[in-house]
Amino acid sequence: MTLPPFERFYDDYKEEIHAFLVRRLGRDRADDAFQETFLRALRAYPKLRHGEHLRAWAYTIASRIAIDEHRRPRADADLPELASLDGRPAFAQLEHLADALPPTERAAVVLRYGYDLDYADIGAALGSNATAARQAASAGIRRLRRKEAQ
Amino acid sequence: MTPVSADLDRRFRDAAAREQLLDVAYDFVDSPVGTLLVAATGRGLCRIAYDAEPEREVERLAQTFGVRVLRSASPIDPARRELDEYFAGSRQRFDLTVDLALLADFNRRVLRELARVPYGEVVTYGQLAAQAERPRAARAVGTVMNRNPLPIVLPCHRVIGANGKLVGYAGGLERKESLLRLEGALP
Repeated sequence: MTLPPFERFYDDYKEEIHAFLVRRLGRDRADDAFQETFLRALRAYPKLRHGEHLRAWAYTIASRIAIDEHRRPRADADLPELASLDGRPAFAQLEHLADALPPTERAAVVLRYGYDLDYADIGAALGSNATAARQAASAGIRRLRRKEAQ
Repeated sequence: MTPVSADLDRRFRDAAAREQLLDVAYDFVDSPVGTLLVAATGRGLCRIAYDAEPEREVERLAQTFGVRVLRSASPIDPARRELDEYFAGSRQRFDLTVDLALLADFNRRVLRELARVPYGEVVTYGQLAAQAERPRAARAVGTVMNRNPLPIVLPCHRVIGANGKLVGYAGGLERKESLLRLEGALP
């Protein structure tokens, strides 16, 4: 599948990415994160080699920006710390580890364990549903364990 | 669910253009000869399309100039303003920069000559060929006119047959007639 013009990518995913950011950050902070998500996508867009898994890609960018937004100090909020492994954020390690997985499993693992999305959101990101997302994540984890055992 | 507001949508589209992240920006411009799809690269105006099917045209722009195609009003505003003035009769010459970089040499040369044909005047295909120093290439000039990426701004409507007939126009003869009438070249 060839990469569609950015206009189509934006038009296809803007509503659900916005809804996702509203769920993660609340209405007030979602707008800035929305703009930043699509600007970041636009910068990286020409480097994509094909048009597959664009939805999961958009969710991954939005998730990372939501995390950055969470980290930003805010006077009126007391936010919980995010999971980290030896000081580095979980998503940074996971993205690297998960590179060898098939795309769907990779996205499910990274979004679940790196970005702490629930399975309903991951299902949306994968264009399937929560059950399929849970299966993809556990298949990915099993595969990673097998690799580690080798 | 809170949908993306028109304001947020516009802010993103503006920011994308302002940060120069686009291969092509485009927008729609209303005119007396129908809605025009107008597109520009960072180098200048690259496309004016009559009766555009947006999906198809956007696909073509992406294939020609790069995948980062986005509807964004602000880069098109100068063209919108000049086109409005042209149709209001208050502008006879366009001051817009154009991007013809990807065209073949011959096409570019002919279109540069075409740009010099003054408002309200007409030339024949043969005369334009002669001005482009290819006097026997009247037919080839006809093809270049037919594929003109920037009708109106590059005035291919001012090129007519040797017998005085309007001959043809990619946007339809009716439009060629209205443009020439607007310019006072036709009664």
